[in-house]
Amino acid sequence: MPTYDLEKLFQERIDQEIKIEPKDWMPDAYRKTNLRQISQHAHSEIVGMLPEGNWISRAPSLKRKAILLAKVQDEAGHGLYLYSAAETLGQSREQMINDLHSGKAKYSSIFNYPTLTWADIGAIGWLVDGAAIMNQVMLTRTSYGPYARAMVRICKEESFHQRQGFETLLVLSKGTPAQRAMCQDAINRWWWPALMMFGPRDSESSNSDLSMKWKIKRKSNDELRQQFVDMIAEQVKLLGMQLPDPALKWNAARNHYDFGDINWEEFWQVVKGNGPCNKERLEARKKAWEEGQWVREAAAAYAAKNKTRNKAA
Amino acid sequence: MRNSIIDYTLYLADSALILGQRNGDWCGHGPILEQDIAITNITLDLIGQARSFYQYAASLIGGDSTEDSLAYLRGEREFKNCLLAERPNGDWGQTILRQFLFSNFQRELYTVLTQHTDQTLAAIAEKSLKEVNYHCRWSSEWVVRLGDGTDESHLKMKTALENLWPYTGELFKGADYEIAVGMDPSSLHTPWFNQVEKVLQEATLPISSTEHIFMHTGGKQGVHSEQLGFLLTELQYMQRAYPGSNW
Repeated sequence: MPTYDLEKLFQERIDQEIKIEPKDWMPDAYRKTNLRQISQHAHSEIVGMLPEGNWISRAPSLKRKAILLAKVQDEAGHGLYLYSAAETLGQSREQMINDLHSGKAKYSSIFNYPTLTWADIGAIGWLVDGAAIMNQVMLTRTSYGPYARAMVRICKEESFHQRQGFETLLVLSKGTPAQRAMCQDAINRWWWPALMMFGPRDSESSNSDLSMKWKIKRKSNDELRQQFVDMIAEQVKLLGMQLPDPALKWNAARNHYDFGDINWEEFWQVVKGNGPCNKERLEARKKAWEEGQWVREAAAAYAAKNKTRNKAA
Repeated sequence: MRNSIIDYTLYLADSALILGQRNGDWCGHGPILEQDIAITNITLDLIGQARSFYQYAASLIGGDSTEDSLAYLRGEREFKNCLLAERPNGDWGQTILRQFLFSNFQRELYTVLTQHTDQTLAAIAEKSLKEVNYHCRWSSEWVVRLGDGTDESHLKMKTALENLWPYTGELFKGADYEIAVGMDPSSLHTPWFNQVEKVLQEATLPISSTEHIFMHTGGKQGVHSEQLGFLLTELQYMQRAYPGSNW
């Protein structure tokens, strides 16, 4: 019987751009990395519903209310696809949710910042969804098949959200002095946290090397961050607003924008749980889950009764 | 007649908006992700219906009136929504039951409204009816599941029924403007009751205990519960704080 070097065959498939599917052999670390990343992504969609949901009841017009409801609902849908993709790696949705609630699993730190004004809803769409898309477009070509396919669908909706966010700010930028001030203030508060979404500098990112080799990731944190800065630095001109970075400047030699230093101390503090809303976000998720316990139990009990009845009939 | 049509249209719009505003609080906080999506869908439908009715009312009123001025710049005493719509969310069971009682009423009402001589109202009713049929199906399934689920869920639904039933009478008691536009709702009671009773029986929820209960009224005339003021304060905050702005 011939023996195969499974890891070598696996890497060959990756190198030939053949997607890895749930039943294929894969190194344990590949499974774990994907599971960690996809579940973290799913949690981010669900926790991300909270800061935006915060403005549903106060949306300034009926049209904006409907748009925001639909957007937050889309995030829930993304959470669903992603939990399903993660489940193909052998963990139940319930287990993933428990890990979120216990603090074992993480979600994107950006959602630990508060939405203080209506303009924050526009800024989240434009900057936060904009930053997320950089990453997600790359992930449509990730090596794990179910994740890549979920991403294709998610990307379409996310780019729609980004345009909606920009349009929300565009209206404010053409509005009253109070609206313009609100717009600039939201950009000031969301810009740096949005840059932090790409994660630590490449020189300090612990998970990057293997992820690149396995084509889970295809671009480094710093490459994606630069791409984002280049895009937003142009778009902000259309709003007639400023990015809060005096060091932001076009560099013709690099063919990129230079930008200032990120406050990494703040980044790590928020990751560690000391952001403005870490506690509230997790408590809100736990509360919803605990208060829904009786509902889920009742649904299960009713389904079981029905099964027995159907058998008897 | 024209004023009555405006008042009647506002009654329909306000009821849909206020229930939508209530339901919207569940978005991101539902008991399970799939149901979070479902209740938000219903919320979106209700806001959509409210917008159609408000736009029509605004066109009849004329001047500077818009869907937003009607939703955001009228006070508590001007809102004509039924009291049922403004009842607090309570737990998931109460929210479900409120939707169930309301959607079944909307279904009967919109069915009749599709035949109305006012073609705009008839057209909105026709479009909305498709949505309402889904709301009825979804909420009925949940009423049965929770009523006939566990002891705990049964008890919660029984309490919800006791809390909400006194607000169902108003739906069928015609306000002046309903009578004036030929939409006396009293004839809707029997088909509504038959359908609701059928589902509640399947849910093992005793409807007999709710007979001869005092029924609250006043919402349609703008006399609401204390909670509506708080709901409107939140709903209308931006338009009140930044008057005359475009969003």
